[in-house]
Amino acid sequence: MLYFTAIRYKMPESDSDKGKHQRFFIPEPNARPGDTPDFSQLPISPVGSVARPQTSASPETLRDLPFKLIRTLNEDGIPEGEWQPEITIAVVRKIYEYMRLTRIFDTKMFRVQRQGKTSFFLASRGEEALGVVPSIALRANDMCFPTYRQVGWLLARGYPLVKLINQIFNNSDDPLKGKQLPVLYSARDFGFYSLSGNVGTRFGHAVGWAMAKAYRNSDDIAIGFIGDGTTAEGSFHEALTFASVYKAPVILGITNNQWAISTFTGLATNKDTTFASKALSYGIPGLRVDGNDALAVYSVLEWAADRARHGHGATLIEFFTYRSGAHSTSDDPERYRPKEEALLWPLGDPIERLRQHLLTSKAWSEEKDGQLHKMLDKQITESLKEAERIGVLGESKPDVREMFEGVFKEQDWRAVEQLKELGL
Amino acid sequence: MIMNIVQALNSALDVMLANNSEVLVFGEDVGYFGGVFRVTDKLQKKYGHHRCFDTPISEGGIIATGIGMAAEGLRPVMEIQFADYILPAYDQLVSEAARLRYRSNGDFQAPITVRAPYGGGIFGGQTHSQSPEAIFAHVTGLKTVIPSNPYDAKGLLIASIECDDPIIFLEPKRLYNGPFEGYHDRPLKPWAGETDSNVPEGYYSIPLGKAKVKRAGSEATVLAYGTMVHVALAGILESGVDAELIDLRSIVPLDVDTIEESVKKTGRCLIVHEASKFSGFGAELSALVTERCFYYLSAPTIRLAGWDVPYPHAFEWDYFPSPKRVAKSLKKLLEN
Ligand SMILES: Cc1ncc(C[n+]2csc(CCOP(=O)(O)OP(=O)(O)O)c2C)c(N)n1
Ligand SMILES: [Mg+2]
Repeated sequence: MLYFTAIRYKMPESDSDKGKHQRFFIPEPNARPGDTPDFSQLPISPVGSVARPQTSASPETLRDLPFKLIRTLNEDGIPEGEWQPEITIAVVRKIYEYMRLTRIFDTKMFRVQRQGKTSFFLASRGEEALGVVPSIALRANDMCFPTYRQVGWLLARGYPLVKLINQIFNNSDDPLKGKQLPVLYSARDFGFYSLSGNVGTRFGHAVGWAMAKAYRNSDDIAIGFIGDGTTAEGSFHEALTFASVYKAPVILGITNNQWAISTFTGLATNKDTTFASKALSYGIPGLRVDGNDALAVYSVLEWAADRARHGHGATLIEFFTYRSGAHSTSDDPERYRPKEEALLWPLGDPIERLRQHLLTSKAWSEEKDGQLHKMLDKQITESLKEAERIGVLGESKPDVREMFEGVFKEQDWRAVEQLKELGL
Repeated sequence: MIMNIVQALNSALDVMLANNSEVLVFGEDVGYFGGVFRVTDKLQKKYGHHRCFDTPISEGGIIATGIGMAAEGLRPVMEIQFADYILPAYDQLVSEAARLRYRSNGDFQAPITVRAPYGGGIFGGQTHSQSPEAIFAHVTGLKTVIPSNPYDAKGLLIASIECDDPIIFLEPKRLYNGPFEGYHDRPLKPWAGETDSNVPEGYYSIPLGKAKVKRAGSEATVLAYGTMVHVALAGILESGVDAELIDLRSIVPLDVDTIEESVKKTGRCLIVHEASKFSGFGAELSALVTERCFYYLSAPTIRLAGWDVPYPHAFEWDYFPSPKRVAKSLKKLLEN
């Protein structure tokens, strides 16, 4: 038996391998830096054109939905079609307010990281609706299993800003006691499940949580989110299998922001289909919604939540959006996508579109809008100052003893000895 | 040519892509972008997107696909963006890559190379800082290689790609752009001017399983790999102890002869690694030293390692083994 074979060198290749591997398909996005972005082939349905089925409709009657795009706000900010949500202007204003708060928060904290006050930050620019709207559309007892790009959920539920920044600074008042990377929050009382840096692994937890609620005969539900890129992980498919098999009362959301760091969606799924259509093979409804249209987002969430609460099982929702900023503070998108791509995104900016909608009603005005911005800006500036007073990363931190807390419920001899070694 | 570790690894891949059309390089963000740490920079441009390409975010899928390609006869070199994210692929590595040749009695083999940045010191928190070498070393059939400088990084990566066994190639990310002795409050140092930063541009390989004596000494033996080689050296100098420092370079295969020879000479052994102590690779080293050198030992072997906790973001420098702790351990070792 020849176990050890010396490597056989083939002829060296020339600079280009054109023509040699025609049968080997490698997908490429249609624009890289220097190219003109082309969104003309995006599958976008006209505003208001998609019919809204009964929430009790059986999945086999809904099979066309994953290939359409649910939209309500037209170019003038006026809602159209069957998916207009039943929503009061007060709630719309609340959504708008928290989306703006999210943007100001993200912008300021990104800068704070750049100033060296923390190690890492990640913003949700362009995707504010996906944190804020579910937070408001779902109930206090529903649990969210978020991605790292959904701080809006916490803001909209009134999570204290200073506490959030303390986590980002890992200072002595950090609610997570310095154990976790900035932005990987956890806030059970706010319906926000613990985040972790490894992507996708909590998608199945949402299903399990929902099944626990069903077991208890409660009509509370869970909502789990996953990025477009992360749908390639096994955890996505495993969660869908369990959700569909057990008709779990869960909403499973894909935040399709077109990018996964430098990788375009054509590497997470075949270009000829949609993420939402993955629902079909699991026999559950799949919706595709304009993620930059806060009203449409609200509406599909209400629909899916109603189904889940009434025993009709899980819904997969693809939130179609665009990551208009960098992946994180460690990233520079100009290296891999055209600079102007974000501005050319055909579905616009979610905050600007909701603002336009609000301005069509008498309840809102440019003047109020300006006042709101000032107020939010001040809130964040003051919270930031307060957190900085406690200390930025490195200036202040929780007691070192915290490092050993929570590994096990009760520390074993290792922690005791190692604390001693540290002189504690 | 002076190279940092990123450039040295890039050069190794470049050489292998040029020499052998069966070598393919792929992973998350490695194609157009050139990798989040830039290790595959410009390779797609130079060799075409059939040779160096992006993959879906699916570590299990990346390794499974690589094993299939390797079984057919290709030489896939895969990047896992952070060693922390290799776990979804663990089953593929343990149940498949490690055993394919054995269970098929040589009918198939899986000559894959899996590159992954590992280790702390970059404020990466729980999931960008871990050192998972022990969970691979425990699996028979996998080789685990960990360089500590640019010269070794290139030579060992080339040897890994040429090796017919599956290789886990762990790259000390804190050393990518410069050596790091654990003095986090001192200015960053570049590789230029360091020994082992002068890297030949062409082909060379360093045999796997050969440790390097980084510093000769007579009073104690210090065993380390990756980032800790630099921390250990600084600690030795701080302590004033005349310790011999051995850079293991690969933990499987392990150069047990060099270890044995040194410990028999010095009679004392300190093992340093970043990973948590309990059931860490230091436990294996300590057992080997005891089994082979028991009658030569003047003191119990000491393991200096990360605490038995997940990697804690705010406590980076409380967790990360420091030169000071190395010096303290050495002094303790010499007390007996
Ligand atoms: C298991 C795992 N693999 C790889 C990574 C590295 N990583 C962090 S974010 C990211 C991209 C995720 O993209 P997507 O799912 O589309 O989410 P987005 O960032 O666009 O919101 C990658 C590859 C990770 N964190 N976890
Ligand atoms: Mg994405």
